[in-house]
Amino acid sequence: MATLSERILGAPAGEYVDRPVDRAYVHDGTGVLTLEAWRALGSGTIACPGRDYVLFDHIVPANTSTTADLQHELRGFAIGAGMHFSDIGTGICHQLMGEGIALPGEIIVGADSHTCTLGAFGAFATGVGATDMAVIWASGSTWFQVPRTIGIFLSGRLRGYAEAKDLALTYVSRLGMDGASYRALEFIGEGVAHLSMDSRMTLCNLAVETGAKTGLCYADAVTVEYLESFGKIVEPQAPPACRYEQELDIDLEEIVPVIAVPPRVDTISPVSSLSGTPLDQVFVGTCTNGRNEDLLRFASIVRGKKVRVRTIVAPASRKVLEDAARTGILAEILSAGCTVVPPGCGPCLGAHMGVIGKGEVCLSTANRNFRNRMGVGGEIYLSSVSTAAASALAGEIALPGGEE
Amino acid sequence: MRLEGRAVCLPADIDTDLIIAGRYLRTKDRSIWAARAFEDLDPSLAGKIRGSVIIAGKNFGCGSSREQAAVALKEAGVVCIIAPSFARIFFRNAINLGLPLAQADLPCRDGDLVVVDFSAGTVTLGETTTKIPPLSPKMLEILAAGGLVEHWRKRG
Repeated sequence: MATLSERILGAPAGEYVDRPVDRAYVHDGTGVLTLEAWRALGSGTIACPGRDYVLFDHIVPANTSTTADLQHELRGFAIGAGMHFSDIGTGICHQLMGEGIALPGEIIVGADSHTCTLGAFGAFATGVGATDMAVIWASGSTWFQVPRTIGIFLSGRLRGYAEAKDLALTYVSRLGMDGASYRALEFIGEGVAHLSMDSRMTLCNLAVETGAKTGLCYADAVTVEYLESFGKIVEPQAPPACRYEQELDIDLEEIVPVIAVPPRVDTISPVSSLSGTPLDQVFVGTCTNGRNEDLLRFASIVRGKKVRVRTIVAPASRKVLEDAARTGILAEILSAGCTVVPPGCGPCLGAHMGVIGKGEVCLSTANRNFRNRMGVGGEIYLSSVSTAAASALAGEIALPGGEE
Repeated sequence: MRLEGRAVCLPADIDTDLIIAGRYLRTKDRSIWAARAFEDLDPSLAGKIRGSVIIAGKNFGCGSSREQAAVALKEAGVVCIIAPSFARIFFRNAINLGLPLAQADLPCRDGDLVVVDFSAGTVTLGETTTKIPPLSPKMLEILAAGGLVEHWRKRG
């Protein structure tokens, strides 16, 4: 009667365990400090380079010579050490790991807080810092405290323009920014079966915004089919049969488009209550909402129309961009007047590719609206892709499908 | 282990973007992180925290996994951080760097003397002594070694 985290980590909640990790990844942002810490260890060994991934996504392509120097050093190290390396333009680390690499039942660590995204595959996936990662490079393992679990029961199915993002913001607001500290979230119930893998990744992506260690979905027929498209044959996981520390029921039929108002992810309002809020920029992308399903949804709303505010679209990976090019979605997005930037994190963390200015307001599909995150003195509202698309067309916050 | 310093009070939910902004991450120069710590909260704060004990509200260090946040505070000379709760990645990062954290919900007045005694499991603020929950044995080991790198090197 164990939770999925307990099954994967092989011990009951509360226990401290040392476990080998199946996959470990860093990006250009956290990899630099990881490399410094690894060198300080002085051991000179990489335990399992075949399990290590270095994926450039944060500042791609490099914006300054300092960034270029740091990336040059890390790139050379990763390739020399025999780690998996993906260079600029390939995509966001969590998305790439979600394109047929992360598998059900695995233990995955990433030097990025949104590593929890990969819980969508029924893996135990969690973020660590640079020094922890350095020891993982050297030893192939790390310690975990097996988390207690909050069960989030999903019933029904999403209606109208409501998306997994609206569902995610809703559960974050119900739990609060530290409501699931050190816990795991398990998304269960018949409602999960109706969610695509793209949607499940969105759902698990926001788990860390409640303080959770990770968010997990059990691998089912949807997972199996998705991974099969990447040539990975897996079995569904036995469904949940456990008691949860806490339970939360969410009826998907009741989810409506919502927005997280600055500067907190857990403070949400229905889009309708914010309609007309002026915008300076709309940003669609990130590890939350830059996938195929998202670009398709965005294009279906802006198709044949023109955006009335500067709009930046960042596909989550090259594969997503290629798919959008092949299906014609990319051309529609460009024709609508959007600026498409290289696959990667884009301006989400305020480093480049769409940093906002003092007093500017951005509606973003990302996962954090902390003060000054996208630029000093700017404000960030977080929404779904459909809300972002409708708002881009209106030049102000607007409800997808029009006011009710 | 016994530490002391003057209190610097901070609110709840201090995120890692506030501790060190994303625009300062592209460097290996730790003095930059120390100088820019809390810049978006209060630009004068970085100059005031050397030798201090930060007493914050709940969920300190939430958000990004950026270890630069913990590095910034250590380099800026923060002696210890006390909060009712910490975000888990920040917690691990701080301990891994040898920056002590204590869990307690304390009333804070800037400048008060704070004494943290990890051996006794207490925090003393002015006249009041409060019990703090012990760190896990693993974390104590890492902290005692001065951080995870030193812990690893000692272990061989």
